[in-house]
Amino acid sequence: MLQILADGLVIGSVVSLGAIGLSLCFSILRFANFGHGELLAWGAYVALSALAVFSALAGGAHPIAPFSFGWPLLAALAVAALAVAALTLVLDAALFKRLRRQGAITLVIASFGAALALRNGLLFLYGGVPQYYSQELQIAVHLLPRRLLGGLRITPDQLFVLALTAVTVVGVHLFLSRSTLGRAMRATAMNPQLARVAGIDPERVLRATWVIGALLAAVAGVFAGLTVQLRPTLGLDLLLPLFAAVILGGIGSVWGAVLGGLIVGVAESVAVHVVGAEYRAAAAFFVLIAILLVRPTGLFAEKT
Amino acid sequence: MEGWLSYGSFFLVFALTYAIVVLGLNLQWGYTGLFNVGVAGFVAVGAYTSAILTTPDASDRLGGFGWPVATGWLAAMGVSGLAGLAVGALALRLRSDYLAIATFGIAVTIQLVATNAKALTGGTFGVQFIPKPMQGWLGTGLAWNLAYLALVLLLLGAVYWALETLVRSPWGRVLRAIREDEDAAASLGKRAFVFRLQSFVIGSMLMGLGGAVYAHFVGYIAPEDFLPILTFQMWAMLIVGGAGNNRGAILGALLVWGFWAAGGAALRGFIPQGEQARAAALQVVLIGLLIALMLVWRPRGVLGEEVRVSRGG
Repeated sequence: MLQILADGLVIGSVVSLGAIGLSLCFSILRFANFGHGELLAWGAYVALSALAVFSALAGGAHPIAPFSFGWPLLAALAVAALAVAALTLVLDAALFKRLRRQGAITLVIASFGAALALRNGLLFLYGGVPQYYSQELQIAVHLLPRRLLGGLRITPDQLFVLALTAVTVVGVHLFLSRSTLGRAMRATAMNPQLARVAGIDPERVLRATWVIGALLAAVAGVFAGLTVQLRPTLGLDLLLPLFAAVILGGIGSVWGAVLGGLIVGVAESVAVHVVGAEYRAAAAFFVLIAILLVRPTGLFAEKT
Repeated sequence: MEGWLSYGSFFLVFALTYAIVVLGLNLQWGYTGLFNVGVAGFVAVGAYTSAILTTPDASDRLGGFGWPVATGWLAAMGVSGLAGLAVGALALRLRSDYLAIATFGIAVTIQLVATNAKALTGGTFGVQFIPKPMQGWLGTGLAWNLAYLALVLLLLGAVYWALETLVRSPWGRVLRAIREDEDAAASLGKRAFVFRLQSFVIGSMLMGLGGAVYAHFVGYIAPEDFLPILTFQMWAMLIVGGAGNNRGAILGALLVWGFWAAGGAALRGFIPQGEQARAAALQVVLIGLLIALMLVWRPRGVLGEEVRVSRGG
């Protein structure tokens, strides 16, 4: 029981971080970005390359007990976040900015094209074989013995992912609610014309949205690589859970995206136990269908 | 000479089969403004429906009903249409990007079923021994390829004629009116949802037909024939040819399939034998670039939307 929940929360924290960025993109850039999953995948793979460089420089991975990784991976995470942010800014300047006037659906088509090019770019560069940040086996810690609700085992890496996700989410919330730029972003999401009248530079807000979405995506991608594995289809596999989380939470809502992500993660975990791992991806689809039928505005739709 | 004829007929059968699918997509997107990201799923439903119904008896999966090919194709259209009805009834009432996400979801789910429901679809091994019509008297050689090409041409012509008649009819005018200004159309008593749903279902049926035509030409289908790249190729064809123009849809299918084949051949020439998987990946990147350039430089496509002026109205 508890184990299913814990596994689901670990999957869900990856989905949550990705969904925050996708949700902000949806509400501020105003289109469904089918390329968002690829940002997670690129984050994961850039970190893999950076990790190789740092480990070579440092003469090893320097794991900090009890985790499977050390400072080289944390440094690689920072490099990946910056690289993915740069990637989104280039994509925006080269592609999305030129298409903004043509309406949301043109942007969706463009993002679909960008996603395929990005995914196959990864396949070209890294090959299709799954990879890992560390080959070391990690021993799961018993948090609860077996007789209490079936017991609970979790690896230190998974605990790290859960904790850092919580910290990141609080950070994003503080940024959006307290900082000037964050307020400008929320104002643009609610009413772009009014925000412009108030002296907010829309292009600056859009760039900030890309960068924040990219940073969160890179962190989520590295977490996915840390807790599962790296493969070029990572972004494609996560896209449906991401969209399900965003719509479940309500477009534009940070807490909604987090809760939506956790619900989708737990739904996947339950699906693995009930119908088997091969239909895991369908769980997100059924969450999506259910929310579209019952409450298409999501659980926490921003009031407009 | 015979080699060229053989390659040419292969190339054209694929391009024109895709043209049928792109015509369905054009009805949905070009004339009605419905964004379908699950084309591959609807094509797969058609291909599998016809394959399961027409193959000879199989012990390891459902089906092998041995139906005549023509009934298989009709059933393919029917089942794909039903899938379109289900998705459309759910998502067409909501904002347009929800339809995109819902269709993406259905394509992912269909892919999962095709891969895992072994009893229905044969799993990753797919369905084999799909009957090739007319093979009894034409054999498997060039004559059969050319005959199948003629059959596809005939079908494509019929689909084109039917669609042109439809979009020129009052029904087609309502579709464009809803696409341009839903409120204005509604004020004239046209229920946008009903018209959108009809257009979406007809488009899905054509995608199913395209899938069935593909299955009976190749004789073998597997889940990896219906990956998201297929959806993307169909979109590339429509955007290059010009959305909202049926002749553009067919032209786009020929141009993009040509670009795809030529790009693949060129990459295979440059990249050494052991790296063919990477060459295939690069081929997809190229087509992604093509569509991005097209959107930025010539968003209306080669032909662009046909201007229609109402006469005698």
